[in-house]
Amino acid sequence: MLLIKNGHLIDPAANENTGMNVLIEDGKVKAWLRHNEDAPEDAEIFDATGMLVAPGFIDLHVHLREPGQEHKETIASGCAAAVAGGWTSVCPMPNTFPINDNAAITRFMIEQAEHAGLANVFPIGAITKVSEGEELAEMGEMKAAGAVAVSDDGRPVPNAGIMRRAMEYARDFDLPVIDHCEDKSLSKGGVMHEGEMSLLLGLKGMPALAEDIDAVRDIHLAKETGAHLHIAHVSTKGAVEAVRRAKAEGIKVTCEVTPHHFSLTDKAVEGYDTNTKMAPPLRSEEHRQAVLEGIRDGTIDAIATDHAPHHEDEKALEYDAAPFGITGLESALGLAFQHLVHGGLIDLEGLVRLCSTSPAAIFGLDGRGTLSPGSHADVTIIDPELKWTFDSTDSKSRNSPYFGNEYRGAAVATIVGGRIVYRRALSNTA
Amino acid sequence: MDKPFHRRDLLGIRDLTADQIYGILNSAENFREISSREIKKVPTLRGKTVINLFFEASTRTRTSFELAAKRLSADAVNVSVSTSSVSKGETLIDTALTLDAMNPDCIVVRHPSAGVPHQLAKISRAAVVNAGDGTNEHPTQALLDAMTIRERKKNIEGLRVAIIGDIVHSRVARSNIHLLTKLGATVKVAGPKTLVPEAFEGLVEEGLRVSEHVEDAIEGADVVMILRIQKERQDSAYFPTLSEYAIHYGLTQERLALAKKDAIVLHPGPMNRGIEIASDVADSARSQILDQVKYGVAVRMAVLYLATGGKVESKEA
Repeated sequence: MLLIKNGHLIDPAANENTGMNVLIEDGKVKAWLRHNEDAPEDAEIFDATGMLVAPGFIDLHVHLREPGQEHKETIASGCAAAVAGGWTSVCPMPNTFPINDNAAITRFMIEQAEHAGLANVFPIGAITKVSEGEELAEMGEMKAAGAVAVSDDGRPVPNAGIMRRAMEYARDFDLPVIDHCEDKSLSKGGVMHEGEMSLLLGLKGMPALAEDIDAVRDIHLAKETGAHLHIAHVSTKGAVEAVRRAKAEGIKVTCEVTPHHFSLTDKAVEGYDTNTKMAPPLRSEEHRQAVLEGIRDGTIDAIATDHAPHHEDEKALEYDAAPFGITGLESALGLAFQHLVHGGLIDLEGLVRLCSTSPAAIFGLDGRGTLSPGSHADVTIIDPELKWTFDSTDSKSRNSPYFGNEYRGAAVATIVGGRIVYRRALSNTA
Repeated sequence: MDKPFHRRDLLGIRDLTADQIYGILNSAENFREISSREIKKVPTLRGKTVINLFFEASTRTRTSFELAAKRLSADAVNVSVSTSSVSKGETLIDTALTLDAMNPDCIVVRHPSAGVPHQLAKISRAAVVNAGDGTNEHPTQALLDAMTIRERKKNIEGLRVAIIGDIVHSRVARSNIHLLTKLGATVKVAGPKTLVPEAFEGLVEEGLRVSEHVEDAIEGADVVMILRIQKERQDSAYFPTLSEYAIHYGLTQERLALAKKDAIVLHPGPMNRGIEIASDVADSARSQILDQVKYGVAVRMAVLYLATGGKVESKEA
C-alpha cells in the first residue's frame, strides 16, 4: 500500500480539485482520504506536501524507434525519459522498422515496455500497410493486440479515397484515426515554415496551407464517415480554426499541440541549428498565437510531445539534409508551465486536462486519466514551483533546442501501476 | 571552437554594417591595381593558407578566389567534394574538421545548402568565407557588384536598382538586396509571381519593393541587374517554357529603354543569352558584365586579407 499524503489532488474527470490523500493498493487507487483522516498504518508514505497530485500524464504522440532504430531510442530508454518527464503512458507512432502495421509488432512493443517496467506503452498502428497509403493495415488485429489508434503519421495518406475507407473501417473497431496533416504536394522539399524567415534564410518553406488543406479534407471525411478524427500536432491558424468550426458543428474531431509549437517560432531557425527542424515546422508568431488561443478556448484538447529522438550524427548535417524532429518528453512540462500556466493562460486544472483527462478520453483508455477509486494507480506528482535546468536526459538522444534552459515547475515523482518509477533527484534542481 | 581573435568570418552581407561594407569596398579599391601589373603578386598573405572548399560546381567563383589568394601570395588549395552521395552531411562535417585540422587560415566554402558556412564557422578555427550557400547568400558577388556600380555611379546611396528574375531562389539577389539597401539604394524586384513572392518585401526593413511587372521595376532605374534563370524551374512548374520567359521577362533593348539613359546592366553569370538577357543588351556598352568579373578578384583579395587579420584601410590611406 502507498499513501500519497498531504498533496493537492486535481482530477477533472472526477470533478475534484482539493487537498486529498490518495491510497493505492495492488496497482489501483483504493480510496481518497481527507488530510486528517486515518490511513492504514502499514502504508508506505509519499509526502506530497505542497505538490499537485494528478492522474498520470498520457502522451498521445511519441516515437520510440524500436524496433529498427535502437541507436536513437529504445522502448526502455524512451520510457525512462517519459517517466522523468512526468508521463505515465506514451503512445508510440508506427514508423518503426519494420512499420507497426501488424499485431506482431504491436505485441512486441507492449512486451518491451513490460520488460522495461516504467511507463505504459499504448502503440498506434499504421493506417495502411507499410504506411504506403494504398492498402489498409489489419486494424482489427492490431486493436486486439493492444493498439489504441491508427496513423500513418509522417507519411499522411495522400489519397482521399483511401483515407475515407480507412475512416469507415476504423469505426468498426472504435479506433481514432490520427492524421499528421500535410499535403506534401505543397510542402515537398521544404525544411521550415514558409514565410519571411524562410525567405530571409534562403531555406525552402513548407506553407501553412499544406496543413490547412489536409485538415479541412480530413474534417470533411470525418463528417461523412462519422469516424473519430484526431489531428496530430496542429500548428497553423487555419487548422486550429478548422477544428474549432468542426467541433461547433458536432463533428467528432480532436487535436493535440506540441510544446514546441506553442513555445517557439520560425525565428529560432536563425543560425541554422538543425534542432529547430521538425514537421510540422516552427511557424510564425501569428500561428503561435492562434495555437495559444486554441489552447485557451479548449479547441485544442491535448498536449503531446511528438518526441522524435535522432542521433547526434544524424542531426549534425546541413539544415536541408538533417532529419525532422526533436525530443520532447522531458522538456514538455517545463515548457507548459513557462508558456501556459505561469503566464495565466490556463490553470493547473487546465494543465491536467490537457495532459491526462483529455488524452485518456481521446484514445479511450479506460481507468486512466482519473484517480477515482478503482482506476489504475498512474499518478504524476508535480512541484509547480520547482526550479530546474534541462541539462540531462534519460533518452538516448539529445536533439532538443531547449537543452540548457531553466524552467519552473516539474514532475517530482511518477507512479505507474502503483509503483514509484521515477523520483526527481535533488541534484537535478537548480 | 574559438577562433584566433584576428580571424573574421564573412557569412553574409546581412550580418554587416554599412561601415563594414565600405571598409571591404575601400580595401578592394587598394587591391584592384595589383591585377593590372606586369607582376601580379604582392607578399601580403605570404605564409597563409586558403582552402577553397567547393561542394558545388563553379568555375568563375572558384577561379576568382584562387587568383585572389595567389596574387596575395597565400597558398591556395582547391577541394571539390561531390554531394551526390547519400551520406553527404557526414562528408560535410568530417571534411571540414579534417581540413581545419591542417590549420588553414581561411576556408572559402560553397555549398548547395543554405547555412553551411554558418555551421562550419561554429566548428572551425579558420576564418570562413561564404562563396555561396544554397539560396541564402553570395556575399562576395554583392560586393563585386557594388564595386562595379560605384565605379560607374560613384555613390550607391540614392540609386534605383532593379533586380529581375528568379528572386526567391537567388543568393545573388539576397546579398545584393541587403547590401544595396544598407547603403541607401532603393531596390525593386520583379519576375514571374511564382519566383517573386510578395512576402519578399519583408526581407529588409526598408528600401525594397516587389514590382507588379518587370517594366515597373526597370522604369527609371540606374542599375538593372539580371539573374540567371535555371531550366530546372520550368520542370517544377514555376514557368512554362524558357522561350515564354524570354518574351515576358527577359531584358530586351525595348525594356531597357525604360531605365535611365545612363543605366548600367549587371549579370552575375553565366548568362543564358536570348533568355533572361538579349545578346544585344549583353554586348552593349551598358553591360558591365566583364567588369564584374574583373572586380571580383579585387573584392576577394580584400575579403581574404580582412578575414585573415588585415586591417581596414580607407581609400586615401
